[in-house]
Amino acid sequence: MTEQPGSESGPAHKTLETGTALLIGAFGLVVIFGSIKAGINWGAEGPRAGFFPFYVGAAIVGASAINLWSAQRDHGGRLFATWGQLRQVMSVVVPTAIYVGSMPFIGLYVASTVFIAWFMRWLGGYRWLTTIAVAIGMPVLTYLVFERWFLVPLPKGPLEEWLGL
Amino acid sequence: MKPFVLNVAFAAIAMSCVCSAPSSAAWEPVRPVEFIVPAGTGGGADQMARTIQGIVTKHNLMKQPLVVINKAGGAGGEGFLDVKTASNNPHKIIITLSNLFTTPLATGIPFNWKDLTPVAMLALDEFVLWVNAEKPYNTVKDYVEAAKAAPAGSFKMGGTGSKQEDQIITVGIEKAIDARFTYIPYKGGGEVAVQLVGNHVDSTVNNPIEAIAQWRGGKLRPLCVFDAQPMAYDEPIADGKAWKDIPTCKSQGLAMEYLMLRGVFMSPKATKDQIEYYVELFKKVRATPEWQEFMKSGAFNTTFLTGADYAKWIEAEEKRHEGLMKDAGFLAPGN
Amino acid sequence: MEELANLFHGFAVALQPYNIMLMIIGITLGVIIGVLPGLGGANGVAILLPLTFSMPPTSAIIMLSCIYWGALFGGAITSILFNIPGEPWSVATTFDGYPMAQQGKPGEALTAAFTSSFVGALFAVIMITLVAPLVAGFALRFGPAEKFAVYFLAFCSFVGLSKEPPFKTIAAMMMGFALAAVGLDSITGQLRLTFGVTELLNGFDFLIAVIGLFGIGEILLTMEEGLAFRGGNATINLRVVLHTWRELPSYWMTSLRSCLIGCWMGVTPAGATPASFMSYGIAKRLARRGNNFGKGEIEGVIAPETAAHAAGTSALLPMLSLGVPGSPTAAVLLGGLLIWGLQPGPMLFVEQKEFVWGLIASMYLGNLAGLLVVLTCVPIFAAILRVPFGIIAPLILVLCAIGAYSVHNSTFDVMLMLVFGVLGYLLKKCNYPLAPLVLAIVLGDKAEEAFRQSLLGSQGSLGVFFSNGLVSTIMVLGLVALFWSAIQEGFSRLRTAAA
Repeated sequence: MTEQPGSESGPAHKTLETGTALLIGAFGLVVIFGSIKAGINWGAEGPRAGFFPFYVGAAIVGASAINLWSAQRDHGGRLFATWGQLRQVMSVVVPTAIYVGSMPFIGLYVASTVFIAWFMRWLGGYRWLTTIAVAIGMPVLTYLVFERWFLVPLPKGPLEEWLGL
Repeated sequence: MKPFVLNVAFAAIAMSCVCSAPSSAAWEPVRPVEFIVPAGTGGGADQMARTIQGIVTKHNLMKQPLVVINKAGGAGGEGFLDVKTASNNPHKIIITLSNLFTTPLATGIPFNWKDLTPVAMLALDEFVLWVNAEKPYNTVKDYVEAAKAAPAGSFKMGGTGSKQEDQIITVGIEKAIDARFTYIPYKGGGEVAVQLVGNHVDSTVNNPIEAIAQWRGGKLRPLCVFDAQPMAYDEPIADGKAWKDIPTCKSQGLAMEYLMLRGVFMSPKATKDQIEYYVELFKKVRATPEWQEFMKSGAFNTTFLTGADYAKWIEAEEKRHEGLMKDAGFLAPGN
Repeated sequence: MEELANLFHGFAVALQPYNIMLMIIGITLGVIIGVLPGLGGANGVAILLPLTFSMPPTSAIIMLSCIYWGALFGGAITSILFNIPGEPWSVATTFDGYPMAQQGKPGEALTAAFTSSFVGALFAVIMITLVAPLVAGFALRFGPAEKFAVYFLAFCSFVGLSKEPPFKTIAAMMMGFALAAVGLDSITGQLRLTFGVTELLNGFDFLIAVIGLFGIGEILLTMEEGLAFRGGNATINLRVVLHTWRELPSYWMTSLRSCLIGCWMGVTPAGATPASFMSYGIAKRLARRGNNFGKGEIEGVIAPETAAHAAGTSALLPMLSLGVPGSPTAAVLLGGLLIWGLQPGPMLFVEQKEFVWGLIASMYLGNLAGLLVVLTCVPIFAAILRVPFGIIAPLILVLCAIGAYSVHNSTFDVMLMLVFGVLGYLLKKCNYPLAPLVLAIVLGDKAEEAFRQSLLGSQGSLGVFFSNGLVSTIMVLGLVALFWSAIQEGFSRLRTAAA
């Protein structure tokens, strides 16, 4: 996995297409399994809870099988994206995942401040002053609009607890 | 920086309350209080919660704001679980309806009312048997005869939700008169009433507030109320008849009684002071003219219970629901 | 004529200075609510409802309905600028609105959207004024079977026209149905597909899926091409409004058709979302430049916006006259009416004339005020696209997270949103269409519920869907829409054979 931004190497479209079809197919199997648990037959009072999901799941599996088959016939050798492009995408996905994952523990406000600061400073390359102004201004504004004005509570962490907000 | 200092001071007071509980200062909320509604926006419980919120705001009954939050997922299970897991958080209260009992029984969601702290019963909601005004049944007797004469299952009863209060009553009626209905569940009480007006179902057991407009408009006819005594409101509504004039079902030979809890609970492990604070709050709410107006508009049974009486009532009601749901075959598999 | 006199009296009520002030406050609040994802119209009205208790009912409902208008207008803004629909009925607006913004025409798209909303709503209000009693009775004829037929029609007129490989369309749509099925089955009151995970009790909310699939997915796609937002070269002055207005009358046919679809769907009451999808689907088939839909065609913005707002407005009619809310926001307004001691229903129009006509008058005025407010702000909205991506992207992500959280107050939903975002990126790259997926999430459980309610009523007989003239007509229309392309081809073959 040597990555050189701008180089023309990357995962083949076919691989990803196959993966997606398999993923959707697996989802279909889960749906079928869950429907069977809920009861898929036609009861005395019409269809039972799992009746529709069962056929929906079956259709997903069927359609995925066909998509899988047509993915295999793709010999164009197209790239899904270059490694450089994927790295760009991951540079957003990974921090967002950390942001989202940390939210239940440190609260939305602190997490947002760190996330915005990180994004602007490292991806955007802004000066610290601009970065800090936006990173602190946005959560404060959010607090005022959501919690004070519209009375919508957002997740809070130890800092807010300590401040008594 | 003044608010900040003030907040720290509040936080300090709050902490000292939890640890040492000085008897001089009774407990008061230090943060906005979340008022959970385990049902969707626009339903009966939601209306009541938002009315309370409005009354509290208008009369300045609380120093901190009261925030209504709907958590309707899984027939309200979402809301109950949310409060159950918020132990030691006195800033969370929940308004309940019968799904306090029916949801855990019907779905197997791991929850029981004993997981929460009972605060107060605000009112009980009545159920009335309604038919379309075009239909020839003027009394319960006519209705029962028609239901029995119809081929089994062709008589349609509309109601809100599945395996909840409306369907429990339906099963009760079936048992009482030995007939078979087809129960059709809808999303909301207003929709049920309109389906009855449109003759898509043959009868309903709507709450008074859900069907009053159609009654006044001459589209629906009330036959009886599922309570031990007639309702208390004697202001004429339609054709010179008032809620009071609707006979009880039992007196008409339909032996079924059902009232729905509209009560408040709070998170587990609440202290006595905290419960006391909310009980006092609801006493003040009940004294306002807006609340009385609201009770009248929905013809509510205004029984108010707290403390041990309330817990005893819930306990008895839970037993009863268990029996009713078991008889009807509504229990979740593995329950 | 009595109605007209009542209406003028209503105008007099609504035009009191106090009420005009409330109108403007309401519109402004509404636009803010509409722009912030997660705080939809229903939530916004619910949150502000208690604040209006101290007002007289007529003033209160004027303010709340203006919040409603504002939210309707505001919902289009994020759809067009960032591909993030804040409300279910703005989804179809993104299909052409967002491409237009990317091509540097956000001003045109916004103007078209706002103006169409206004036209749709105005048409519906006129209908309410003139034929209210007539139409109200019609809604009574809609039982479960008729409702299912309407959903069926909405589905059929939208699917079957996608350019993507058919089996990918099927896979995407079925995924939507499966996601919609998760949670409590409303007919049996039983949990399904939750596998004991309590977070899944709610099922998958439409908003979370859409914020992820459309909003986050779009940011990821943009990241692939480097840190640039297309559309930065947007013209930002008010002349774009006049310029677009000159163009709009030539699409009168689409507007009129969308108005009719919207009113029909609003009264039935199926709601604004199926109306917007259906109107988009039909416009795509019938418009001269239909093949270009999805690439930034202004008609593709006009059709869904007009229909959605005609439906949203006419949905208030069954609410007032029958007490059945046609939309979630209408449900909250209904709660408000009850709290003020007003009983929606057949007697409301007789007993509370001042209130009803005050409300209808405020619909005209509120709508007009809303249009003026949002149109003057078009340049400001368009200028948002000039903010560099490095600043706007994290802010959008944070706003998406807040939106996803506030739907159910659950951090699990925020994680779900990110999963949907990655999924959206993957599906888009692999050429799976996202629109059928979203449509299925929005309508899937409603359609299933209506279907099963019908079968309960008919004791399992499918004949119920052809049991009377009304339901049969709708079902046949649906089938025609589904096989439209095949029928069209058949006709053209016949014609060539004859020639």
